[in-house]
Amino acid sequence: MGIVSPGFRRKRRDDVRLPPGQYLTEDFPVLSAGPTPYVPLDRWEFTITSETGQSYQWSWDELQELPAEEPTVDIHCVTKWSKLETTWRGVSLDLLMEEVETTADFALVHCYGGYTTNLPLEDLLDGKAWVAYEFEGDELAPQHGGPARLLVPHLYFWKSAKWVRGIQLQEFDEPGFWESVGYHNYGDPWREQRYQGD
Amino acid sequence: MARTALPGRLSPRLEWRVATLADFVDETATARTLLLDVPGWPGHLPGQHVDVRLTDEDGYSTQRSYSLAAPADGERVELTIQRVEDGEVSPYLADTLAVGDPIELRGPVGGWFLWHPSRTAPVLLVGGGSGIVPLMAMVRARRQARSRAPFRLIYSVRTPMDLIYASELRRSARDDGGLDITTVYTRSAPEAWPRPPGRLGLDDIERFGWPPQFEPTCFVCGPTGFVEHVATTLVHLGHDPRRIRTERFGPTGG
Repeated sequence: MGIVSPGFRRKRRDDVRLPPGQYLTEDFPVLSAGPTPYVPLDRWEFTITSETGQSYQWSWDELQELPAEEPTVDIHCVTKWSKLETTWRGVSLDLLMEEVETTADFALVHCYGGYTTNLPLEDLLDGKAWVAYEFEGDELAPQHGGPARLLVPHLYFWKSAKWVRGIQLQEFDEPGFWESVGYHNYGDPWREQRYQGD
Repeated sequence: MARTALPGRLSPRLEWRVATLADFVDETATARTLLLDVPGWPGHLPGQHVDVRLTDEDGYSTQRSYSLAAPADGERVELTIQRVEDGEVSPYLADTLAVGDPIELRGPVGGWFLWHPSRTAPVLLVGGGSGIVPLMAMVRARRQARSRAPFRLIYSVRTPMDLIYASELRRSARDDGGLDITTVYTRSAPEAWPRPPGRLGLDDIERFGWPPQFEPTCFVCGPTGFVEHVATTLVHLGHDPRRIRTERFGPTGG
């Protein structure tokens, strides 16, 4: 427990679904390092590249034709806000990875606009991650990562890369954009892994 | 002056430190600058922020991030807090926290939205409302380092009453060579102000910013909608997206 700040009283009630240090928000704050990239759907593609260089590609139309899921999940941003029971629509990474031959342990996610983020491949599998293109029944707005973003709700939201364009599978871990300037390499909100050393 | 090396990156272990409120300055009716003494403060770069943690008597604690408003002065750091109506943390920091009271903070945090005083390339700063805070840290660091890097600041506020750092910015516009400051009012402007009140537009950014050919680094900070609008306009004007760095805060970021 931290030192007590004299006169500070909580205004909000604890919610067991909130990780430590987080507060609940009803709206949807935006955090990005740069301008929003606008990607026309006819030029959008999503590519998974294995460690041997073999690539698996989906156009926008091909992604739409795949069976979609509608996960309802809590999301947690490292800047302390959380949203509970957000509903998305997108394609499970399990499905996208089905045909991919790999023995890699790590994934480096690439985005339109140049953003990257890294995570262990197992954190993208077993129903834990999606390429999402709808939020609360509407198409995903560009400032929230539209046309499509990664959704990995069990990690801090900077891992849920906006404007996702592909995943490079790797045998060795390689820090992404925020991870290389001091954010935690893994980012588990329940263990408050915000920065290196947490 | 900062007496220790300025870290461009986070230290491997960010420790929580106990900061004590040494003094405060009311900037506007809704914004207050906290002058905090932080023993062991390692120094920082303009544009970086800190995490603040408040804990109540029951052990409940919560955290928020706030931009550093000025270069470090030894173990003294400045935060400017804009009070968010119905906020849990900002009203406490802006109204209740008294001189001598402790809070916990850690940092500096942030390795992207920052300006290094050794840089000489042109810089465009565009701030909306309390988005001025990290940009002011850059203006102050530039002055402190006697940098001649060409700076242009476009500051968008609703009314003259909402101007944070008003008198210091007036002095800077006069005394800081190579720093141009444009204030844009969105709701009501002072009498005889050359520009009628209205949202910051493409014309303003083109006229008061730098041409893209000058390859300025652009720092844009403010509410989400403002940053989205300005960053998109800069790209539209031909600025390379890789030279546009943004910090956004939502209405509940408080």
